[in-house]
Amino acid sequence: MSVPAVTRPSVLRDVTRGRVRNATHRRLVVLTLVVLVLAGFAVTLMAGQTFYPPRDVVRVVLGEQVPGASFTVGRLRLPRAVLAVVAGFSFGMAGVTFQTMLRNPLASPDIIGISSGASAAAAIAIVTLSLDEIQVSVLAIVAALVVALVVYGLAFRDGVVGTRLILIGIGISAMLDSVTSYVLSRAAEWDLQEAMRWLTGSLNGVSWDQTVPALLALAVLAPVLLSQARDLSAMQLGDDTASALGVRVERTRITVIVAAVCLIAFATAAAGPIAFVAFLSGPIAARLVGGGGSLLVPAGLVGALLVLAADFAGQFAFDTRFPVGVVTGVLGAPYLVYLIVRTHRAGGSI
Amino acid sequence: MTTSHSLTAEELTLGYGDRVVVESLDLSVPPGRVTVVVGANACGKSTLLRSMSRLLAPREGRVLLDGKRVHRMPAKELARTLGLLPQSPVAPEGITVLDLVGRGRHPHQGVFTRWNEKDDAAVASALEATRTAGLADRSVDELSGGQRQRVWIAMALAQQTDLLLLDEPTTFLDASHQIEVLDLLTDLNRTRGTTVVMVLHDLNLAARYADHLIALAGGRIHAAGSPADVLTEEMVEAVFGLRSRVIEDPVSGKPLMLPLGRHHIRPEPAGTGSATAGPAGTGAPEPAGEPVH
Repeated sequence: MSVPAVTRPSVLRDVTRGRVRNATHRRLVVLTLVVLVLAGFAVTLMAGQTFYPPRDVVRVVLGEQVPGASFTVGRLRLPRAVLAVVAGFSFGMAGVTFQTMLRNPLASPDIIGISSGASAAAAIAIVTLSLDEIQVSVLAIVAALVVALVVYGLAFRDGVVGTRLILIGIGISAMLDSVTSYVLSRAAEWDLQEAMRWLTGSLNGVSWDQTVPALLALAVLAPVLLSQARDLSAMQLGDDTASALGVRVERTRITVIVAAVCLIAFATAAAGPIAFVAFLSGPIAARLVGGGGSLLVPAGLVGALLVLAADFAGQFAFDTRFPVGVVTGVLGAPYLVYLIVRTHRAGGSI
Repeated sequence: MTTSHSLTAEELTLGYGDRVVVESLDLSVPPGRVTVVVGANACGKSTLLRSMSRLLAPREGRVLLDGKRVHRMPAKELARTLGLLPQSPVAPEGITVLDLVGRGRHPHQGVFTRWNEKDDAAVASALEATRTAGLADRSVDELSGGQRQRVWIAMALAQQTDLLLLDEPTTFLDASHQIEVLDLLTDLNRTRGTTVVMVLHDLNLAARYADHLIALAGGRIHAAGSPADVLTEEMVEAVFGLRSRVIEDPVSGKPLMLPLGRHHIRPEPAGTGSATAGPAGTGAPEPAGEPVH
């Protein structure tokens, strides 16, 4: 055996072909997801107790006054649909970021306490302190960052091991959820809608006041995460390998954690910790896309689609109206069990 | 082509926490050659390799690549000249060989640059060199240990660096796969002029494949030079605390170390010391009776 000086053309052709095949498949998946999200968005705007034809919806979105539709579509459905997309995209993107970085599908922010931290802070800010939207967002971000720091700090012993971080995160998450429950139970005016939002996530009664901060946060933070996508893929190979490939591991890790935590916090402050969206989107996107390339955008789109579909189902598929988080919770919990069962069958630890 | 990159360490002190692992070490890697670092467990071999590739910042001293401090060079610029294959790299679940090898192109890509023909060519060449082209579409999970190690080396090759550092590339491999990997690295060195620096556990393989052998003990260089000069009974005793006999390897002509444990040693007739064989092997002493095989 010796190293050939010239590569055989057939090998080069196969490599190019494989790369083109992956890229084409990926593009197809992303395009399909975009179409589905747009379709879901359109349906959310049109359908409801009153149906408005596409023409009316378009006119309202363009700012024209349409009797009836202007209020129902413009003031009720549009902010709700936008927030569904924005929150879903934020959760999906932040979730897959954590899962990729910590190399574990269980390491998503809604499992390791970050969503719970944002949620508890938002509940306290709104129910107990009666703060406005901006203050709520700020408090949720601070809380989410503090939780991330605490979980990371407690898990740190000669570097961070994924399993330890996940178990500590689950513990912290349970504590924070009980804080949320306590705050809600002590509230002077017991409001079920509000309670559901902070416990499982809900889009009921959403207005532009909640939607706009989350939208702006996504507009700023998504590009930040995307700029780190390649480094993140390299970090999947372990910190040492990533470093050897020219990634500044610590800097990337901090940038990515702060951006992802802020995304989660803004989305949670607006819509509550919509159960399992962050956790589910990445693995679904990975299954769809297959090998190669960053999962950030596909996971974001899957998240948006999940929230849109779950919210629609929660509103209209049953006799009772369920908040979106209840529906995603029903979808997510079995997957969590499956994941743990599968890991144990394979003889691994969490 | 030959590489003339110089990689040196000057008064390098390395450690973790309160522990000093490598102390005031000077080292120069001969360009275009294969350098092998040996030493007892926890003597600082891996630490040294990690520091030479910027993974660990020195407490004192510096590592210089072509006269520039590696710890101050832009990360990607360094990664285009110097590659490292760590001891236990992690393959993400379900990743294909093609995808994994492609990630070696990372230092050649920016945020906005797209994958291009040069990247394809580098990946194809790396697959070809490591004879893994046939595995391109397979998932890394399902490969054998030897195949997997070749794939990791392919990833490091796709990085197209003139210097390649490897931390125990033969661990967990059986005898034939160890030889396969070491032959491959030698090919790279000979045909492409790649400077190879690796940590090996097996002293005899180290002596056979090294142009330049470095024996590390207690965070200092005990001996460095040609294998014949370095692999001696005195060195093995001092560095590993092991009594041994060193003879000439009948296959390669390099030194071959035979450990003298407490058991299974043929009793030697009186008058023949155990420390008579020279480093390059003047041949085992042949007292009356059976020859030593």
